[in-house]
Amino acid sequence: MENQIVKQQVIRMESAEQLVIHKLRKRPRLGETFIQGFLFFCGAVSIFTTIGIVFELGKESLLFFQMPGVTLVEFLTKTEWQPTIGKFGVLSLINATLMTTLFAMLVALPLGLGAAIYLSEYATPRARSILKPVLEVLAGVPTVVYGFFALTTMTPLLRAIFGEQVQVYNTLSAGLVMGIMILPLVCSMSEDALSAVPRSLREAAYGLGATRLETAVQVVVPAALSGIIAAFILGVSRAVGETMIVALAAGSGPNFTFDPFQAAETMTGYIARISGGDVSYDTPDYNSIFAIGLLLFTSTLLLNVISRRLVARFREVYE
Amino acid sequence: MSGYFSTPKSNLAMRHRVGGVWKAIFFLSTAIGLLALAVLVITILDDVFGLVAVVDKVDRTTLADRPLEDLEKDELLAILDKKVSVNRLRTIQRNGGFTLDEIPAGEVYELVIAEVVKPTVEESYPLFDSLFKRAEIEAEVAQKHPDATIYFYSWLNQRFLTNSMSTTPQLAGVRTALFGSLWIIVITVAFAFPIGVGAAIYLEEYASRSWVNRVIQTNIDNLAGVPSIVYGILGLAIFVRTLSALTSGKAFGVEGVETGRTVLAAGLTMGLLVLPILIINAQEAVRAVPNSLRQASYGLGATQWQTIWHHVLPSAFPGILTGTILAVSRAIGETAPLILVGASSLINKDPQGIFSYFTALPIQIYNWTSRPQAEFRNIAAAAIIVLLVVLLSLNAVAILTRNRLTRRAP
Repeated sequence: MENQIVKQQVIRMESAEQLVIHKLRKRPRLGETFIQGFLFFCGAVSIFTTIGIVFELGKESLLFFQMPGVTLVEFLTKTEWQPTIGKFGVLSLINATLMTTLFAMLVALPLGLGAAIYLSEYATPRARSILKPVLEVLAGVPTVVYGFFALTTMTPLLRAIFGEQVQVYNTLSAGLVMGIMILPLVCSMSEDALSAVPRSLREAAYGLGATRLETAVQVVVPAALSGIIAAFILGVSRAVGETMIVALAAGSGPNFTFDPFQAAETMTGYIARISGGDVSYDTPDYNSIFAIGLLLFTSTLLLNVISRRLVARFREVYE
Repeated sequence: MSGYFSTPKSNLAMRHRVGGVWKAIFFLSTAIGLLALAVLVITILDDVFGLVAVVDKVDRTTLADRPLEDLEKDELLAILDKKVSVNRLRTIQRNGGFTLDEIPAGEVYELVIAEVVKPTVEESYPLFDSLFKRAEIEAEVAQKHPDATIYFYSWLNQRFLTNSMSTTPQLAGVRTALFGSLWIIVITVAFAFPIGVGAAIYLEEYASRSWVNRVIQTNIDNLAGVPSIVYGILGLAIFVRTLSALTSGKAFGVEGVETGRTVLAAGLTMGLLVLPILIINAQEAVRAVPNSLRQASYGLGATQWQTIWHHVLPSAFPGILTGTILAVSRAIGETAPLILVGASSLINKDPQGIFSYFTALPIQIYNWTSRPQAEFRNIAAAAIIVLLVVLLSLNAVAILTRNRLTRRAP
């Protein structure tokens, strides 16, 4: 009898213990799982965006290349671009894009790098804390404003310097203003790279008797080179994809020329002009937008990936 | 390392001189950047203000024997009755939503000027010429337009803010464009903010280091560098064309809009465009929350979501807000995607809802800049000022809110 009571008590105690264990065990929380699922979906939206871009560009480009008279070889080797009358040579557009990009980088690289060296190696902390944000204001100005600037200030200036041979719309003006737009990007990325170079390297150079310039140019800049190249490549990618400045100032109408004073339409300028009106679906014009868009997307993506790789490399070395 | 500082021949004074010259060059490149900004601002101001030569279509002296400003309301009404057709008067009253009897004399005066006198700007001069070459301008105007009056004019004025689009530069305004931009921003934020913050929380708080999450992260970083015009193409193909039933409101029984070129399509396109920027900014804000905060919360028995909702998010909120406002200011200035999605600069009706055709501030600037006449340059510059003021005030709000919220945080 007594034995049985003890037994029962033991059982009761065990079950109580189990109850406690059960209470402390991690319970599945439906709400939490649901929230986590929703958050994952938010992250996945970016994947859908990429898939959307690749799918739509690919699909319509395929339609473009299936049109009678369009071949990939002709597309990439001919220099005349008039989709409505069956001339599909994208080289004239690419050429104009490369020219504006070249002029932009001729402005942005030396000035951006020079400003970055000044800010990181010479400027006092106080001067830097004022100059850097002011330079970054340039990066925040909408690009359509730069287009206005190119058309109303840069082009008249070029015409005053070089005379009447400069057309009202020309690639040089668009390129130079684009350079001003990209300058803060190149400057702030290069400055980051220069500031990431450890002090010990500079002090070692000073210790060997180097002047400030020699330290900056022969020690700090080479050490930060991968970051500077990354800034340069990202700048090129930005210039290739820039639309409003070239749409306003570089001219409309494809033109295969190497003359910087002539009007020539870039890839982005063409897309903006064609889609500006009410473009009807499934016409050569409509489909060509997507083929050029695909070209633009792949080239800028490639440049961005290379740039990111380079930045990652210099981070690995110094952090 | 074979530069001149390693060669024994080099002399110190020379090296310091070279150093000084290059220091000047480096400073100069910084200065050129600042100079460019100054010139940019001056260019815009130069076009917003200046002298104009105005010719009246109808000579004011033939309308009344006193200056028009001094006339009583009934006299002004009499002029309107005599010179403007009944139909036109009726249209004006219907469009304006008022009757001539109830409005004050000042507004009747404005109507007389707009409908009867019809002053037209024949010539417009930039600010600096107006200030320094006034005599030359007056001589030129006297020769070309003998009956013109010259006065100093600000193209940015109250009428410019409240009027809608017009083909006459001095009557055109940005009201429709401002509302269009506002609607787009509201949709952009409503779409991109929750998804962007959600994605940032997922990537920072939940994501393990699996390949799926690495792909998402890399993908976001790459999307941030895609040119805006490519997003425009995406918006055209998906929101305007494929989902036109949804974006034109047909699926919800809304009538009157034929294509998907609406505010909704533009807002969603802009949402996709700013999403990567917003995620990256929000991620940085969430990452900056100290880990001790999370551990204290877990230690008190909170679940992961409770920790995030009650501790991580409030602490990261100022950073997220600043990042969002930066993304929004990017969206306000973007033009290229809107061109593709089909903003039309000829719209003069305010958007009534998300299923309306629209125009936006940068679109108006683009359109006016691309016209050859000087007067359109003037209003383009005025619209640029409006755009820049909107952007600057947004940034000021961002800085102020961040400062306030950060001070309050423990």
